[in-house]
Amino acid sequence: MAYAKDIAEIRALIARHKRRDHFFALLGLAALLVGVLTFTALFVDMAIDGVPRLTWDFLTNFPSRRPERAGILSAWVGSCLVMLVTAFFAVPLGVAAGVYLEEYAPKNWITDIIEINITNLAGVPSIVYGLLALGLFVYQFGLGQSILSAGLTLALLILPVVIVATRESIRSIPQGIREGAYALGGTRWQVCRDHIIPYSSAGILTGVIIGMARAIGETAPVITIGALTFIAFLPPAPLKAEAPFLSFDWVMSPFSVMPIQMFNWTSRPEAAFHQNAAAAGFVLVLMTLAMNALAIYLRYRLRKNIKW
Amino acid sequence: MSAVPGDISAAPPCGAMSARLSYRRSRILREKVIELLLFLAALVSVFTTVAIVYVLIKESVVFFQHVPLAEFLTDTQWTPLFDDAHFGILVLLSGTLTSSAVALAIAIPLGTTIAIYLSEFAPFSVREVAKPFLELLGGVPTIIYGFFALLFVTPILQWFYPELPGFNLLSAGIVMGIMIIPYVASISEDAMRAVPMNLREGSYAMGATRYQTAIKVVVPAAFSGIASAYILGISRAVGETMILAVAAGMQPNLTFNPLEPAATITAYIVQVALGDLPHGSIGYQTIFAAGLTLLLFTLACNIAGHVLRKSFREAY
Repeated sequence: MAYAKDIAEIRALIARHKRRDHFFALLGLAALLVGVLTFTALFVDMAIDGVPRLTWDFLTNFPSRRPERAGILSAWVGSCLVMLVTAFFAVPLGVAAGVYLEEYAPKNWITDIIEINITNLAGVPSIVYGLLALGLFVYQFGLGQSILSAGLTLALLILPVVIVATRESIRSIPQGIREGAYALGGTRWQVCRDHIIPYSSAGILTGVIIGMARAIGETAPVITIGALTFIAFLPPAPLKAEAPFLSFDWVMSPFSVMPIQMFNWTSRPEAAFHQNAAAAGFVLVLMTLAMNALAIYLRYRLRKNIKW
Repeated sequence: MSAVPGDISAAPPCGAMSARLSYRRSRILREKVIELLLFLAALVSVFTTVAIVYVLIKESVVFFQHVPLAEFLTDTQWTPLFDDAHFGILVLLSGTLTSSAVALAIAIPLGTTIAIYLSEFAPFSVREVAKPFLELLGGVPTIIYGFFALLFVTPILQWFYPELPGFNLLSAGIVMGIMIIPYVASISEDAMRAVPMNLREGSYAMGATRYQTAIKVVVPAAFSGIASAYILGISRAVGETMILAVAAGMQPNLTFNPLEPAATITAYIVQVALGDLPHGSIGYQTIFAAGLTLLLFTLACNIAGHVLRKSFREAY
């Protein structure tokens, strides 16, 4: 390295390096801007194409061969029902697994295997879950191409998300809370039920919302189990006039979901269907954004409010 | 509290004793049952892995009884549904690798720059806004990105290069790269922030600028973490489905030219699932063989990523 000869040269050197600093800061902002611009372009493009199609009819019509009469009724009802099944399985299983790993699990090889499994499952491509569901739920268990199969598949898919959120949330509860509860004679389960789970519920909720936002946008695994793209009826209603008032026929019904409806419209050549796809996509993006934003907000509130 | 231990005041002393004993016994039993249930819930993840491997291998074994492994790995045609059936996974692999390469060429430079910027340069306020925003970007459903690639990015690219076909690996790859940026950026940033402050302070004390500190001190120190971010990015790109199924076309095509349309492993699985293949036919089994290839590839990536991340955790 050459030594600077005099003060002027040192000043020039410093100025040059400072410039490089500023240049890189600008570069970083520009890179961030690429993300921002893409997101804006995506959103605006979809809004321009889709919003004119977003009428009440669009939400209450079945898909149709004529683009101007097609709607997303069966798709959004299907999405809601599948999400119901997903939440029904993923939340209790995920929370239970998280509680077990944090509060119960002994340090042994079985626990190690479970932990390695969870991290690995988080990296498995979603379409592989679709193949699992096709081989196992659809054919082996004979559940068919039903809402139940799809809900179970997506539940397995988001299980790692729920488990990780539960564990992180539980880990942030100070040890003193546990010790206090045990000192009063609480059993392990009583401590978990009355203290650990309630105190971590906000963090768990954040994880569940993020998981559900992911599940509602997942397309590949649901296509793989063979969800139909053209459904012009609704599943049987869950409420009935006569006793026992509740019916679970809908879980075995064929179905479609929002992303599949959008995929179907996108892959058609006619521009009019692309407009429908944009409208459906707009609804889908709004739904996932709202869920993600809620989760981010909850986490922010949590970080601000809880001071043990 | 759900139950009160044996009510001593009402019952005679002897009865109270046995009541308390039986209460204790039932309480211990209940604890054991609950622990078992929670353990079973935790085991679901293991069952899932076992089930994935079982299903993929079971169907693939039947497939490989019809098609020798050598042919699967070396044939240069993929026409499983034709009379003259060929099963050369290379054809699908070429599409997967080409699109992933395009995606990484976008995601790695941009993701790394964002990570360095957020970790070393950005003021607190920018970071507070940028991180949730990146998270939102990562939460957009991939089918939306597919729509965007086909109907927004491809027309723009065609404006620069009119011969570009409507379906191509380039626009799918670019959009996929943008989709991966949040993953690469957030994992790399975590790795850089884990670098102890003393290293930076030492560097600043020697008169280094922020840029010099970031490039010559922080990045090398966090290198294994950054590398694991890249590897997880690769595994995401390889497993990505909908963007490619929508924007890259579903024609099997042995090519490494991103300007051409080509099917990837994942797009092929979607294509077969959309059709109506009878359960147990050779066409049905091909998607499991393709899925097994995919799983092995991503598994190798994930393991490499975890090993790298472990080693960077233990560095300090």
